Amino acid sequence: MAGWSEHTGQAVGLPLENVDTDQLIPARFMSAPRSAGYGGYLLHDLRQGPDGAPDPAFPLNRAEGASILIARRNFGCGSSREAAVYALADAGFRVVVAPSFGDIFASNAVGNGVLPARVTDADAESLLNRAPLALTVDLEACELRHKGGTVPFEIDPVWRLKLINGWDDIDLTRAYGDRIAAHATRWAAQAPWSVPPG
Amino acid sequence: MTGAPATLFDKLWSAHEVVRRDDGASLLWVDRHLVHEGSHHGFAKLAARDLPVARPDLTFAVADHYVPTRGVPAVGSDIARMIRQLAENAARHGIRHFGMGDARQGIVHVIGPELGLTLPGLLVVCGDSHTSTHGALGAMAFGIGATEVAHVLATQTLWQKKPRRMRLRFDGALGPGVGAKDMALNWIARLGADGAGGHAIEYAGSAVRALSVEGRLTLCNLSIEGGGRLGIVAPDAATLDWLRGRDFAPADWDHAAEAWAALVSDPDAVFDREEVIDATEIAPIVTWGTSPEEALPITATVPDPDRAGAAADRVRAALDYMGLVPGRPLIGTPVDQVFIGSCTNARIEDLRAAAAVLAGRRARVPGRVSPGSAQVAAQAMAEGLDRVFIEAGLDWVGSGCSMCVGMNGDLVAPGMRCASTTNRNFRGRQGPGARTHLMSPAMVAAAAVTGTLADVRPLLKGRV
Repeated sequence: MAGWSEHTGQAVGLPLENVDTDQLIPARFMSAPRSAGYGGYLLHDLRQGPDGAPDPAFPLNRAEGASILIARRNFGCGSSREAAVYALADAGFRVVVAPSFGDIFASNAVGNGVLPARVTDADAESLLNRAPLALTVDLEACELRHKGGTVPFEIDPVWRLKLINGWDDIDLTRAYGDRIAAHATRWAAQAPWSVPPG
Repeated sequence: MTGAPATLFDKLWSAHEVVRRDDGASLLWVDRHLVHEGSHHGFAKLAARDLPVARPDLTFAVADHYVPTRGVPAVGSDIARMIRQLAENAARHGIRHFGMGDARQGIVHVIGPELGLTLPGLLVVCGDSHTSTHGALGAMAFGIGATEVAHVLATQTLWQKKPRRMRLRFDGALGPGVGAKDMALNWIARLGADGAGGHAIEYAGSAVRALSVEGRLTLCNLSIEGGGRLGIVAPDAATLDWLRGRDFAPADWDHAAEAWAALVSDPDAVFDREEVIDATEIAPIVTWGTSPEEALPITATVPDPDRAGAAADRVRAALDYMGLVPGRPLIGTPVDQVFIGSCTNARIEDLRAAAAVLAGRRARVPGRVSPGSAQVAAQAMAEGLDRVFIEAGLDWVGSGCSMCVGMNGDLVAPGMRCASTTNRNFRGRQGPGARTHLMSPAMVAAAAVTGTLADVRPLLKGRV
């Protein structure tokens, strides 16, 4: 995964609370292999009107090429499906800005190079009022910059470094092989029931 | 041990911490990794790097998300492919697999505890958000994504930032007809669907102690619906009685039981956050909207968006989707069907609670009862519960995630209203356009016999 520290793109507003991962990708699409591309499934059922045609009023249907999504609190709550992040990433989104995120979603996002940027409720509302707008996301300074000003955002420092460096956890972990083996041996002796009977 | 007072969660975390980096990330040792059909992305990532599974003996596979609850999947169907793919991945890596037709098959969060794979003090992970369920036995258990599934498969460890500690105490005794589901929906409605975000929740208090292990499993299961990273209940005599003799219970039981006695929060331990709820005031609860936080006592009326302040748009949109009229009583709202099942409420006690209401009565609407596992089904049949459901007019089907998530094709049709024991009333969760009301098994039974949202308490008079 390639690291990044700055991104400039078009931001689109999705003025909804509790956008759960079932909305981001309905369950019925999740048996497809990733190679098939998940972008077309993003927010599938919210993007369509009752007749199945794209709803022209839905913000994402009017934001071709957007790479930043702004939403209200608790974005990505619910199911742990990483496919929700695949749908965002495959549709070209690099950043989601919201006052709070589902914990598992946020972790999945970072694992795929997508930044979950936490802002205050007031800043989210102000950005939603301006959207769509061009936004520069600065991971070094933890700032969102637009023509009208600068908005600070928060991200766990561990995740910030991971995004900037594009770290792959499996590679990192291998460096700790000896310590893992020692822990496993000690723990199996201390709690023998932690290893199930064969 | 430093001697400083520690919470139960602190103790579990320290016992599993292999390394803590300077930036605060901890590498945790994983004792049980549970996989299901939906774990295919994780296996694909492993295959892409040509890596073996580090500890197949600590990895267990079960078919639940896609399994049909009636018959077998059509040859060549997507569902058949998903189930076969899991079996193949399990066989390739030497992982024990409980497939369709296995006497130990069932919903992953039902069979883990039921088989004694989940034990106090262990770290249990699974690529499913409701992994929080397993904390009811005093385990540290949480859901992970596919990248993390691949990491655990490859290394048997996981990088995590330690969540903050929260204690949620329920004091006092629950009233008749009120149970763990009502406790959970009560706190989620009170604190919000992100109310416990970033926190590990320890459930405590007399009402939690008084819950059966099944009830605690329901309570911990729903931790994620309030944003909690995980939920735990300290193990006690009830936990040990429940676990003893299970398939994978420790051979040296006394040694294990002695170690588990230390799995409590020290008296002076400090939590980052404490919440206290008066259990005596909790009524049977139903959801009215499209998030689990949108829940009210059954005796309430449908909320009015014009009185919802800043939440007006959200409430209006939810009521529009749900087809509900502001100000009308929730009681009496007609339902089209019912569902009893899922990792939240498909254990033997859940089926007993529903059957206690349904016995000798007829359901006015169609419905489905999907026991949480093949073992739960066998126990229910031994007790004659299946007959109660069938004689009431409900379908008694096989075990799986079924109509909670609809991946196996068990769907609620567009516009239909379903009283459901499941965990998510999200838009389209039970099928595009489906209208889901979450509630306890007893309350779903009450909805079945009245054909409407109903208060179960009058229906229990003289029964329990």
